[in-house]
Formats: sequence, structure tokens, C-alpha cells
Amino acid sequence: MSFSIKKQGEVVVVDVEGQLIVGNRQELKQKVLDELEKGEKKFLIDFSQTGYIDSSGLGVLVSLSKKIREQGGELRLANLNDDLQTLFELTKLDTLFQISDTRERALESF
Amino acid sequence: MGEPRVAFDLQIPSEVEYIEGVVELARQRCRELKISPAKCSLNIPVALSEALSNAILRGNEATGGKQVRVRAIISDTDLVFEVVDDGPGFDVDECTRDCTTEENLTKEEGRGLFLMRQLMDRVESFRDKGNVVRLTLHRK
Repeated sequence: MSFSIKKQGEVVVVDVEGQLIVGNRQELKQKVLDELEKGEKKFLIDFSQTGYIDSSGLGVLVSLSKKIREQGGELRLANLNDDLQTLFELTKLDTLFQISDTRERALESF
Repeated sequence: MGEPRVAFDLQIPSEVEYIEGVVELARQRCRELKISPAKCSLNIPVALSEALSNAILRGNEATGGKQVRVRAIISDTDLVFEVVDDGPGFDVDECTRDCTTEENLTKEEGRGLFLMRQLMDRVESFRDKGNVVRLTLHRK
């Protein structure tokens, strides 16, 4: 499991490879907060290579969304597979986040 | 009807780094049993991960040197996972919070038990040589 970060235009794109769970959520949080501190405002987390997410992982996404908004930025999500979509629907987090089917659509939406 | 059998019975150090390995083992066993793909890739990994992290962080209070026991039991009808820690136990109903309400939706924590109950057919907590959380999922 790992996170890779790259810049596409003005957007910081984070790929979550593997699981987003209690054991690695802090790593994701810190990486995104570091970028926020550098002045980045637009963030996209891409889940196309993600297995499963636990409640800690969901919690980190909620927390990051708040912190980014507080700094005047935006966080968007892309490429949830059917399982992850179900997870977001069960927790109603699909109503809290702007979620796109593809990375391209998400990038265009900023 | 066959007798229920133990698919695995492990003692792991009470550290979150061990969760992913146990979950992967459970997924493998479930795939071998031809459990539906969604249950193998969503219900079981997430619910078991929640039960294990709850045992490690809350039951054992993230104290080094402790252990968590995890057993998988398979019958003709059900898959059962039991996660055992040294904590005092908890009331499942009292501790479950509806994380979908407007008030709770934006909170960082409080989705673990809710998810376990959404993704499993039954979630119980009881005392038996430690605090046992038992997750039951019907195979069909």
C-alpha cells in the first residue's frame, strides 16, 4: 500500500494504491497536509488502484475535506469501484464529496 | 449438514500493522469457499478490519505486548469471525452511532461499528476468556 502524489495542472492528484486503513491513514493525511501547507488548493484523490477503505480511512477523507475547505481549497474524489461506491452510499459520504467516474472528469470539474 | 470447522485460529501482536495480513488470509479462505465476490472484497475485509482495529486500539488500548486472537469458523450456512481482546467489552447497541445523520456525517470518527453492522448479518460482543466480538455473515 502506498500513496503517490503528482501535479496535473493546478491540481494535486493523489493515487491510493492498496488499502486505505487504520495502519496508513496518517501517511495520507500528512502528505496532503504538506501540500496544503505549501499553498496548494485543488486536490483530487484517485481510487482506481484501491482495494478497500475502513472507517479510519473514511474519517481521514472527511478530516482532509474540512481542512482543505478551511484553507479555501477543494477536495474531489474519482474512480470509486462498485465496492467503494457502496461504502460511500452506506455511510452517506457520497453526499459529502464530489465524486467523478474518471480522473479526467474530476480534473475538468475544478 | 456438516459440522462447523475452524478455517484459521491466530494470535497476532496487538498492532495495527498486522490487520492487513489477517484480512488477506480471510479473503483467500472466502474465495476458496466460493463466497460471492462482493462479500470477499467488501463485507468481510471492512468488517473484519474494523473488529481488529477496535480490539487493538480500544479493547487492548494500543498497549504494546498484548495479543489479539482471531478465529474463522465455517459452517454450511455461515461464516463466523471471532476477535478476542483483553478489554472489558461493550454493548453493541449502545455503542453504535448512526453516522449518516446530519450531525454525525462530518465527524472524523464513529463509523466502525456502524459499518460492521451494515456489512455483517449479526454482530455480537460477549465475555469468554476475554472480550469476544463475533461477526456472522450468511454464506448465501
